[in-house]
Amino acid sequence: MTTGDGVAVRAERVSRHYEMGAVVIRAVDDVTLAVRAGEFVALLGSSGSGKSTLLNLMAGLDRPTGGAIFANGRNLSELSSLELARYRSKTVGMVFQSFNLLPRMTLEENVELPLRLAEVDRGERGARVQEALERVKLEKRLSHRPSELSGGEQQRAALARALVNRPTLLFADEPTGNLDSATGESIMLLLKEIQQKLGMTIVMVTHERPLAERFANRIVALADGKLLRDGVKS
Amino acid sequence: MKAGDLAELALRNLREAVLRNSLTTLGVAVGVASLVAMLSLGVGLQELASRRLSNSGLFDTVIVMPRRNMQGMRRAAPNPVPAKEAPALDDDARKTMERLPNVIEVYPQIRFPTEVRYDGTPYSTIVAGVPDSARGNGAYDGIQGSFFSGPNANEAILQIELAKDLSEQTSNLIGKELVVRYAEREALPPQTGASSDPSGGAGGFSIVPREKRLRIVGIIETEPAAGFGGFGSGRLLIPLEVASALRAAQVNDLRDAVRTTNGKPVYASLTVRAKSPSQVEAIETSIKNMGFGTFSLLDATRNLRLFFTIFDLLLAIFGSLALAVATLGIINTLVMAILERRREIGILKALGAADRDVKQLFFVEAGVMGLLGGTLGAGLGWTIGKAITFGTNLYLKRQSLPAAHVFSVPWWLVLGAIAFAVLVSLAAGLYPATRAARLNPVEALRYE
Repeated sequence: MTTGDGVAVRAERVSRHYEMGAVVIRAVDDVTLAVRAGEFVALLGSSGSGKSTLLNLMAGLDRPTGGAIFANGRNLSELSSLELARYRSKTVGMVFQSFNLLPRMTLEENVELPLRLAEVDRGERGARVQEALERVKLEKRLSHRPSELSGGEQQRAALARALVNRPTLLFADEPTGNLDSATGESIMLLLKEIQQKLGMTIVMVTHERPLAERFANRIVALADGKLLRDGVKS
Repeated sequence: MKAGDLAELALRNLREAVLRNSLTTLGVAVGVASLVAMLSLGVGLQELASRRLSNSGLFDTVIVMPRRNMQGMRRAAPNPVPAKEAPALDDDARKTMERLPNVIEVYPQIRFPTEVRYDGTPYSTIVAGVPDSARGNGAYDGIQGSFFSGPNANEAILQIELAKDLSEQTSNLIGKELVVRYAEREALPPQTGASSDPSGGAGGFSIVPREKRLRIVGIIETEPAAGFGGFGSGRLLIPLEVASALRAAQVNDLRDAVRTTNGKPVYASLTVRAKSPSQVEAIETSIKNMGFGTFSLLDATRNLRLFFTIFDLLLAIFGSLALAVATLGIINTLVMAILERRREIGILKALGAADRDVKQLFFVEAGVMGLLGGTLGAGLGWTIGKAITFGTNLYLKRQSLPAAHVFSVPWWLVLGAIAFAVLVSLAAGLYPATRAARLNPVEALRYE
């Protein structure tokens, strides 16, 4: 779903400041960014540049201290806690650097978790889980626990979990950060395939420029919480 | 999140830290067991006392007397009821009382002085008539021998003091015969023209000495309370119908003889038995409205209830102390769970869990611990109760006393204890659940 102008999510002069006693840390400072539907945007920057904070704000995990973020035609800052949870559940899929699978659950249960939270009927869940796991080629590892999977498999499982609710926006925070280069590449290929096949909007945080240049349509560079450069690849 | 999913996730979480959660649940169980045990003891003792007192006839009985008799017991009333307004306590009045709601029976108080001859020796004592309904009376529970074989049996039960007077070996008395010498009241025909007042037609009576042979069937330790209406029971108890048939002259006969009673026999007093002590007040009011004086131990039952209410309350407070400690255990367990599952809470929120979902998850976990602990505790409390009853009865048996149920675990106490445990656990889970729900997902995801 877009805001009507083909934009899937838009940040308008967004700031996220943290007060640490007398010191104010400007993690994101007055950033304006519009991500169009179907785009693969890479947020590039060094550690502490504010890229993950901006991603969290756009994913509805955090609220800005200034400015506004629009998604689904609504200002996320004005949503109630419950509405924001629904936005995360129905519109957003998230992939993290450290996979964040629940270790005591099987792969099937991990992937089913967002469906439980979205109150999807039990009868429908099995097929949805199967579909998501087939997409990441893990359909034969249903009963395995995360500890029984390799890093790459865990990230693929996390990707399946992010996709199971059929979101329109996928936010990935350093998805290859914990993987070797070959496995990281396979994950990036998978993300690209998903973007192209499903027409999904992907916003990915990375500090690896070559990866961003190879897979993203657009690279947005951040430094010290400010937008440094916004470039669409030809 | 749907209730089924919530319950599934909560149970899964509880299973993850099975030892800690089991110990917390056990803490709740001990608390509930203590509460159930204390309250069951209170309820058991109350039921025991109520049953004994109720069976004794003290609390479900109303003694009815003609108002004029009662006036004689008081100081002169400023406005005494004129004699013509005081109705006679006769058979008509008795039948009216029998028709009152919740009245089981109405019978006269028969009690007269007598001379008992046993083994050739005379003893002065008081005979009292005992209705057949007293058969199930708690006062006869510890009887040596047996109750009367029937309402018309020529049998006697001795109060222990009289039995001791008759023989040093009281147990030898059972089956023996004694002779009761009494004064029979024999009506005289009305004297023609003796009175122009038709209402004064009450015939006089003569006193004829009689004897009656009775077989001793039982000896009781205590004085049956059924006699309280006569302000002191008899020491020689005989079936009421036998006593009635004797037509023995009673203390009030002389006084009644000089009063006008339309020629009908009147009773000195009647005993009205209610179905339960709670109905005594209404019956007493109805009888007072009929113009009779009444007496009951209603106030005593009220005091008894008050005593047991306070007693139960104190037991509940002491029993709740252990549950209070268990509550702290639940809070501790859940707070620890939040620390351990901080990252998991962050993941849940990132995947779309609302604050409400996280709160409910912790609530359900607390509730399940309460439910399991409550159920286990109620069972444990019941077992403790059975053990105490068993031990008490063993002791009572050694003391040659009848068995008693000092413990009672009614269904409402079991359900109430489980519900209370769940409520207390939910209350204990309120703070941890709220804290977990308020966790910032970004901070929680960063937590290692």
